[in-house]
Amino acid sequence: MRFESLLLTGLSLGAVYALVALGFVILFKASEVLNFAHGSLVVLGAYVTARTHEIFGFFGAVLAGIIAAALAAVLIERLLIRPIRNAPVISLAIMTIGIEVLLNTELVRQIGVDIMTLGHPWGADTMTMGSLVIPVNRLIAIGTAVVVIAVFLVAFRFSSWGVSMRAAAEDRETAELVGLRLDRIAVVAWLIAGALAALAGVFLTGAPTPGLTPSLALIALRAFPAAIIGGLDSVAGALAGGMIIGLVEAFAAGYQSELAFLGRGIGDVLPFLVMIIVLIIRPQGLFGRKEFVRV
Amino acid sequence: MSNSTLVRPRPATSTRGDRGPRLWQTGLLAVAAVVLLLVPIYLGTFWLQLGFSIFAVAVGAIGLNLLTGTTGQLSLAHPFFMAVGALTYVVLAGETSETSGGTVIGLGLPPLVGMVGAVFLSGVCGLAFSPVSGRLRGIYLGMASLALVFIGQHVLNTAVPLSGGFNGRPTPPFELFGLKFDYSDSPVVILGVPFGRLEWLWYLGLVLLAAAFLFARNLLRSRPGRAMKLVADSELAASVMGVPVMAYKGKVFFLSSIYAGLAGVMYALSIGSIAPQSFAMDLSMQFLAMIVIGGMGSVGGAVAGAAFVMSLPLVIQNFSAYIPFLSTDSGGITAAHLAKYIYGAAVIAVLLFKPSGLSGIWQSAVETYRRKTLSKQELVPSKEGN
Repeated sequence: MRFESLLLTGLSLGAVYALVALGFVILFKASEVLNFAHGSLVVLGAYVTARTHEIFGFFGAVLAGIIAAALAAVLIERLLIRPIRNAPVISLAIMTIGIEVLLNTELVRQIGVDIMTLGHPWGADTMTMGSLVIPVNRLIAIGTAVVVIAVFLVAFRFSSWGVSMRAAAEDRETAELVGLRLDRIAVVAWLIAGALAALAGVFLTGAPTPGLTPSLALIALRAFPAAIIGGLDSVAGALAGGMIIGLVEAFAAGYQSELAFLGRGIGDVLPFLVMIIVLIIRPQGLFGRKEFVRV
Repeated sequence: MSNSTLVRPRPATSTRGDRGPRLWQTGLLAVAAVVLLLVPIYLGTFWLQLGFSIFAVAVGAIGLNLLTGTTGQLSLAHPFFMAVGALTYVVLAGETSETSGGTVIGLGLPPLVGMVGAVFLSGVCGLAFSPVSGRLRGIYLGMASLALVFIGQHVLNTAVPLSGGFNGRPTPPFELFGLKFDYSDSPVVILGVPFGRLEWLWYLGLVLLAAAFLFARNLLRSRPGRAMKLVADSELAASVMGVPVMAYKGKVFFLSSIYAGLAGVMYALSIGSIAPQSFAMDLSMQFLAMIVIGGMGSVGGAVAGAAFVMSLPLVIQNFSAYIPFLSTDSGGITAAHLAKYIYGAAVIAVLLFKPSGLSGIWQSAVETYRRKTLSKQELVPSKEGN
């Protein structure tokens, strides 16, 4: 029974990580940026929601959070990433680190030492299914994530934006030659990534987590290994990676006493250990495309 | 020089035959050396403490710059290797004792042995990571190396007999040929200044930093250095030219972890204790900020960047009374916040406006100076000057 319950917890956590990892992968595909500020976008969305839920009501506040994070992401792209578009990927990554330092410092300062609540209408309710007890928050997270990801995948496959985005990821120069506007594609990618991050933040701060604390950025950081495990350039990989990380974390927490020989708090480290093991076996991630170079 | 027809007719910038600027540079270097040697005699403990911590992280920043700045491999693992170095040093050189976390083991070996052992073990850890570091491209390596930071945090927190756990354990003072780098009842007095822990540490840091600096600079000017730059520009081109790319990436990672190990020992000496939060992810970001602000790939830039990032919070703290909007309560902007804003903004500003960083600014200044003096000396730029 413990196994089934942990499986469900892991899948729901994984679904939320998949949301963050998905945004991460879209950014990498659209503008070759490894976005270290992604954790702060998650926190920003949750923070705006927490600040406004008494004014707009919960759903309005979630919308406000999503808009704020998406807007912040677009601003980052327009003002800071685009001017150095042609810089080496490392410089782009370090640029996002600079952004992360600024955003994170300010958000941590704003949140302070309190735990902020987001006013989830379902609160800490739990649902009993047979002998399984699971927070409603987690169930809604799974449902929402599945719907959002499905919509995204369909759009990615069939919408003109999705097609042009995939073309751009395939070959930037050719995409530009056939008249695709890479700038616009990048902006939309950042918009979506920011929105997904904020949405994930809403669920990551819900039950069984007490609320929004500065450590949310660290939790969101676990979506990084998710994206890497799946392969940074693979959308399907982000989903698989998210699920793997969610399951690993849930089972590590559930079987804590059996894992005690590894030291307390091993659950925080395991996602990263799994990532290293995957990278040793497949340096491009599970679903990533291998770059073949012949010399 | 021999194929002068191929050289672009530019005013002399990097030729060695040019006597004036070289003399001028040597002079500047000599003055800097004398000033640095005299510092402990004239400056107080605050500046000595700050100076030694700058030396410590500067050694680390030089190592990271070889890896990230020159070879183009993003690494966030520097705090991990520093932690390995620091931990090894305290275990080898420390004594078995009681701390708040429990009993900690110490072998009580001479501190010099501890330092060498620490550097050695960080190198071994860097080598052990080479299956990953050799195979991954820049960005992937960045993420993989982040894993090491979390593993390091976990080990520091849980391996209580070695690390002292969450609260850490004290760093044993350094000692060389019977001279203890610590306060004593009968200190050596030089020019009326009693030499205690910070004064001796200053010279230790100066020597170690100079060694680290010279090694890195000579490496970059030699064949491996050129190969490293080529790996950063294009791995494909590098392998076409016969550079074993995988081996090079693994080796540079190894070298960088050695630098980090030494930096870790110095860092532990400067803080006086080791605790997990001293080696957290913040530090990875600070190191990247240092090499970006200083100028990617420049050895001197790494030192300048380290000085900037390290001294910022402490100097702001020290002069906080003069900064009007700073507050000390948790709601407002504290000195620590302000320092973070400034260095975050500095990273962004450098990448946007001057990607070559402080070293680039320095070089353009030198070039402007040279052009001015050249045009004064000879109205027509000499052709054989190239």
